[in-house]
This record gives sequence, C-alpha cells and structure tokens, in this order.
Amino acid sequence: MVVMENVRKVYESSNTVALENVSFTINDGEFVFLVGPSGSGKTTLMKLITGEVRPTAGTVIVNDFNMGAIKRRKLPKMRRTLGVVFQDYRLIENMNVYDNVAFAMRVVGAPNSEIRKRVPYMLELVGLEGREKRMPTELSGGEQQRVAIARALVNSPRMIVADEPTGNLDPVRSLELMLLLEKINEMGTTVVVVTHEKELVNAFSKRVIKIDSGKMIGDGMDGYYE
Amino acid sequence: MSRYGYLIREGFRSITTHGFMSFASVTIIMACLIIMGSVSLLSLNIDALIKDLEDQNEIVVFVDESLNDEESARELQKNIEAIENISSAEFVSRDEAMDNFMSKYDEELMEGIDETVFRHRYIVHLTDIALMSQTKMELESLRGVAKVNAHLDYAQSFVTIRNVVSIVSLVLIVILVFVSFFIMSNTIKLATFGRREEIAIMKMVGAANGFIRLPFVVEGLVLGILGGGLAFLAEWGLYNLVTGRIVGSVTGALLNVVPFKSVALHVFIIYMAVGVLVGAFGGVNAIKNYLKV
Repeated sequence: MVVMENVRKVYESSNTVALENVSFTINDGEFVFLVGPSGSGKTTLMKLITGEVRPTAGTVIVNDFNMGAIKRRKLPKMRRTLGVVFQDYRLIENMNVYDNVAFAMRVVGAPNSEIRKRVPYMLELVGLEGREKRMPTELSGGEQQRVAIARALVNSPRMIVADEPTGNLDPVRSLELMLLLEKINEMGTTVVVVTHEKELVNAFSKRVIKIDSGKMIGDGMDGYYE
Repeated sequence: MSRYGYLIREGFRSITTHGFMSFASVTIIMACLIIMGSVSLLSLNIDALIKDLEDQNEIVVFVDESLNDEESARELQKNIEAIENISSAEFVSRDEAMDNFMSKYDEELMEGIDETVFRHRYIVHLTDIALMSQTKMELESLRGVAKVNAHLDYAQSFVTIRNVVSIVSLVLIVILVFVSFFIMSNTIKLATFGRREEIAIMKMVGAANGFIRLPFVVEGLVLGILGGGLAFLAEWGLYNLVTGRIVGSVTGALLNVVPFKSVALHVFIIYMAVGVLVGAFGGVNAIKNYLKV
C-alpha cells in the first residue's frame, strides 16, 4: 500500500522542484501505471517509494512505513516488503540465472533449504525453467528482465515497483512482460509500473496515475494515456 | 552454506578477483609496517644505548670534613638513598679514593701527600637522568655533603637525543599508519566500485548494512593480516641481517644491540594489530559512501 499526501520534493543541490502537492493512494492488490513524459517526476516518485530520497514536505507511507520519518536502520526491513525491477535489469554478470535470483534470498539471510525450493519455483513462474545455468549475457533482453522479475519476487514482497521495465524491449517482449506482471498481480502482489510507453498502457485496462512537471494531472481507472 | 559463509567466501573471492590490487595492498602495508617497525626498533636501540650511557654517567657526592671518620661518613648513605631519583649509592672511603687515583697516575705525584687530601665520597647513579639537576640540588642540601660533581651538560644531551628520537618515531608511526589505512581503503574502494551493482541490489532487496559490509571487512582483514604477517617475517630477517653486520664490525662490537627474540612477540602482536585495524577500518571506510542510500 502506498499513501501520498500533499507530497513536495525539492532537490536542494540544484534547487529543482521535482514534485509539488502530489496526493494518491495505491491499495494492496492494485495494478497501477504511473505515467508521464521524461523529467515529469516519475523517477522521484519511485525513489520516494523505495526510500532512496525523502519528501521535503507531505506524507509518504509505503507498506505501513512512514518514509518521511523512517530511521536509516529500518530501511532494510521496509525494502523487504518491496520488489524492484529496473529498465536495465541490473543482473550480476558473473552469476548465472539461478545465483542471480538466489542472491536476493541469500543477502536477507534465507536458509539454503528455502532457497533450493523457492528459486526453481520463481524461475518456472517467469518461464525460465531449464535456463538456470545460463549467464545473463547468454539471455535475450526479455529473458534478462524475467530474471530481474524473479529476483524481485523471490522474497515474497507485498509490492513490485517496476521502473520502465519494458524500456529496452521490443513491443512483443514488452507485451509478454506486462502479461507476466498482470499474472503476478492476480496472485495478490501489488504492482506499480512506471512508464512513458502510451501504447503499452493503453493495451491494458488498469488504473493510470499521470504526472507532468512534478504535478499530478490525472488519476483514473480508464486505462488511457494520451 | 550459511549466509555468513557465503559472504565470507565473497570476501576471499574478491581478493583473487582483484589480484594485482590485493598484491599492491599487501606490499604497501608490508612496506609501511617495516618502515614503522624499523624506526621503532632503532628508537628502542637508541633508548637502550642511552640507558647504558646513563648508567655510566655517575654523580660524585663528596662528604664534608665534619664527618671525618669513616663510620660517620657511612651514615650518610641512608639519607642519600632516601632521595627518590637515586638508583644506587656506593660509598668510597678516602683510602680507596687514593688507591684509585694512584692506580691511574704516576705515584710520584702523590709523594709527600697522605690520604687526608681525599674526601670520603659516594658514587651515585640515577633512575632518570632528566632529573639530574633537581637531584643534585637535593644532594647538596643534605647535611654532611660538601660538594656534588655532576655532568649536567652530558645529561641534558642524552635527554635531548632521547626526546628527539621518541618524537620522530611517534610522528613517523602515526603518518605510516594513516598512509596504510588510506591505501588499504582505496584498494577496497576499487573492489567496491567493481561490485557497486551487487551492493545496489543488496540495498534494494533489504540487506542490512552490516551484512553488506561483511565481505569488504573480510577482504580488508585478510589483506591486513597477510601484510602484517609477511612484514613481521621480513622485519625479523632484516633486523638480524643489519644487527649482525653492526655487531660484526669493529666499532659496533662495543654496542649492546637489543636481540630480536626479546621483542619478537611484541613486534608480532603490534604488526598483526595494525594489520587487522587498518584492514577492518579500511574495509568499512571504503564502502561507507555506498551505504548512505
């Protein structure tokens, strides 16, 4: 769950107002597109959700954590409730597919027995069974992004936040990836997709929150992005 | 494998992955420790030498003529020894003083002169030569003391040499510890740069900072311990080689060199401690910027 109330974010180093008076709520189990042109403030919104930056004013609550007041030592606990997917996949190149996914479990202290059960299940879910031993460079862009999704999901987060997940993919692979995220959402995980790809957003009938020049200019269930 | 086992293995893996930088790091730590150790051992030897010279630098306390008989003169001993800075006081009677004089000079000089021209005296050694002036005054103030002969200028020279050596050693040691620390830190920074993606992913999936730090601390510790251990062995060989040459030379044979065996345990513990501290803090320092997000 994400609650934003009158959020303002100013980057003091450059004195840039990135967000101004943004308010919305994303409930558990929702699938939401966060859309807007480049420089509109989408990435800042995502960084507020992941705790990479703090709001200058207003309230940001993510999975019951108040992000404006959260202590640094509590951030890891909050982040375990999130799964993050990036445009550039961010896989570890010297680890194979299995280890890339297992890595996310190892670093939060999951026992080996659980890793051995959970990783193959996740790889099957994203359609990568049989590719465990492949290195990232041996996979297509779509497959690499699936590994990234498996890694984001493997610790059973309450919410997946995907930042331009289809930015490096062709239209067919993009559609496949969105269908995968839709499937994950149907299994109960909240999904927030940050994107500027109008065709993709309009292909799905989902809630769309529109941002432009740091301001919220629309929030509707029509699934349409002009 | 437990999660800690995995992270410790990662620390070791990074050492081999960044082989050249690891080698450079160990070499620099070794070099710093050897220079630091050599300066300290030189300082220790100079200190020992000064101590020897201090022992030889005696004060002569002449007994007043009012305590003419030997028995009265000997009673002064307890008063002299009661002064805090006195390590020993040896009584020399006027007969002994005359015998000593006669043994050094031509007997003809003493012709017609009896022992009464010599005074009873004490040969006094001090605990701390730096306090010679004060001790001389205390001795002069004792009833029954006629005169005190002390080489204050020599004493001052010894004290100055010792202080200069101590200060130079300390400054060099502090500088070298900092140099080692920054080199170690920068070496591990290179490792962190190569693994920044891994660190970012660890942060994003909710790994605790202590957990993320562990492989880098392990790497620093291993490099530090390796550098410390090798530096100890090299110092051992170098010290024995240099002191062997000195003792074997004509002038050096007169010097009393501190044997390495007598300080080996201390050197080993200090090298290891410096290696461990420089390594661990270097690792922590190298990664701190990545943990702020």
